[in-house]
Amino acid sequence: MKRFSFFTLFISLTVLLVGCSDTNETEKSGAVDREKPEAELLISAAASLTDVLEELKGPFEEAHEGITVTYNFGSSGKLATTIENGAPSDVFLSASSKDMNDMEDKELLVKESRKDFTENALVLITHKDSNRTISSFEDIDPAALDHLAVGEPESVPVGRYTKETLESLDLWESLQEKLVLGSDVRQVLTHVEMGNADYGVVYSSDAFITDDVKVLAEANAVWHEPIVYPGAVFAESKHQDAAQQFLDYLTGEEGKETLQKFGFK
Amino acid sequence: MLDMDYSPLLLSLKVAAISTFFVFVAGVFIAYLLAKRDFFGKSILEALFLLPLVLPPTVVGFGLLILFGKKGWIGSWLLEWFDFQIVFTWIGAVIASIVVSFPLMYQSAAAAFESLDERLSNAARTMGASEWRVFWSVVFPLAWPGLLAGLVLSFARGLGEFGATLMLVGYIPGKTDTIPMAIYFAVESGQMEKATFWVVIIITFGFSLILWVNWWSKRNIRRFTKS
Repeated sequence: MKRFSFFTLFISLTVLLVGCSDTNETEKSGAVDREKPEAELLISAAASLTDVLEELKGPFEEAHEGITVTYNFGSSGKLATTIENGAPSDVFLSASSKDMNDMEDKELLVKESRKDFTENALVLITHKDSNRTISSFEDIDPAALDHLAVGEPESVPVGRYTKETLESLDLWESLQEKLVLGSDVRQVLTHVEMGNADYGVVYSSDAFITDDVKVLAEANAVWHEPIVYPGAVFAESKHQDAAQQFLDYLTGEEGKETLQKFGFK
Repeated sequence: MLDMDYSPLLLSLKVAAISTFFVFVAGVFIAYLLAKRDFFGKSILEALFLLPLVLPPTVVGFGLLILFGKKGWIGSWLLEWFDFQIVFTWIGAVIASIVVSFPLMYQSAAAAFESLDERLSNAARTMGASEWRVFWSVVFPLAWPGLLAGLVLSFARGLGEFGATLMLVGYIPGKTDTIPMAIYFAVESGQMEKATFWVVIIITFGFSLILWVNWWSKRNIRRFTKS
């Protein structure tokens, strides 16, 4: 009997829940029907921003009726290349000033819209079960490791910052044989999460979102160019107002809070 | 252009050649074993062989990581017993290449064997030829055009393998940078000249390969029909 009543309860709860969500959806789609979206923003963003931006999508769309947001994540270098080659986009959120400067030099941006919205730090990580205990970048011993996962230095900003750091520590040359180059920062993270690379160098915000890695050390900020994230609206964008609203939201109170929640500075 | 690093070309050829060798031997053997035979679950087995052909490279790459990663089922075992690592090595590229090109070889070989006239093999058997002899003197030569098509397709597929390889072996300049990998990273970093160079090489190569196979098979059909 007991089991039966539990089962009935379960079923009725399910029906109730399904019923509720159903009405919600019809309400929502009704609203959409009444007011067609005015702008569909396509936002090209650095891979390291994936989780924050997904989190911000809902609240932003709720607060700005008529604007929908779609993301295109990748390494900032790759995004810059595809955009320069004509891929449409409204907002560029880059993990490096360099890629943004290139864009600005080519006059692809609305100059006044450019704004640095957050900062990040570089950390050395290892798998959570690893027994490696070094506590500083300076202690990396090329002879004592098989693979160090880093971003590809030409196209992935985190790779460039890593290269600068290891160069200022005189380790870059001696590590050449051990480097595994990731196509974006999240791939570097995966290499370490799965336990395939002994160490990896990612942003502190990336290490923040996973429990599978532990942070061994943070790089001294003087070893590399400052890691700032500039955002800007594209001159070609057909929805410049909406795009500017998104940037304002990101640099506003709510954006800042969410960024901090995900380990950005 | 002359001071280019040619190691991607050599590595690609090495990976594709070794993978094609294994794929050819295994594909011909398994296809011959299964041809003209019917048993319970054969179609399921065949579907399993062909699966990598329809799966996205990311799924194949993920599967390979689960199997061959340092903490993977086979990978952890290899590491413990032989101190042998597959991720981040060119051998990993060979394995990825084998997995994605095997279906092509199997499909071609199975079709070639299925279409053979069983009476020819039987005639050889009535004259006392052993199964080994029947295979090498009758079946293999008759099936060769089909097998060659499979061989070339597998080689081309191995040469072009990218997605699963990137996931399993990463990008290590001088060690795992095959031509598709070099193209991808050259494009990402905006080195269009380098990318164009490798694109031209791989198109020329693929084009000549197909041209040659077509020419070869036409000549062969003509020879068969004349005699």
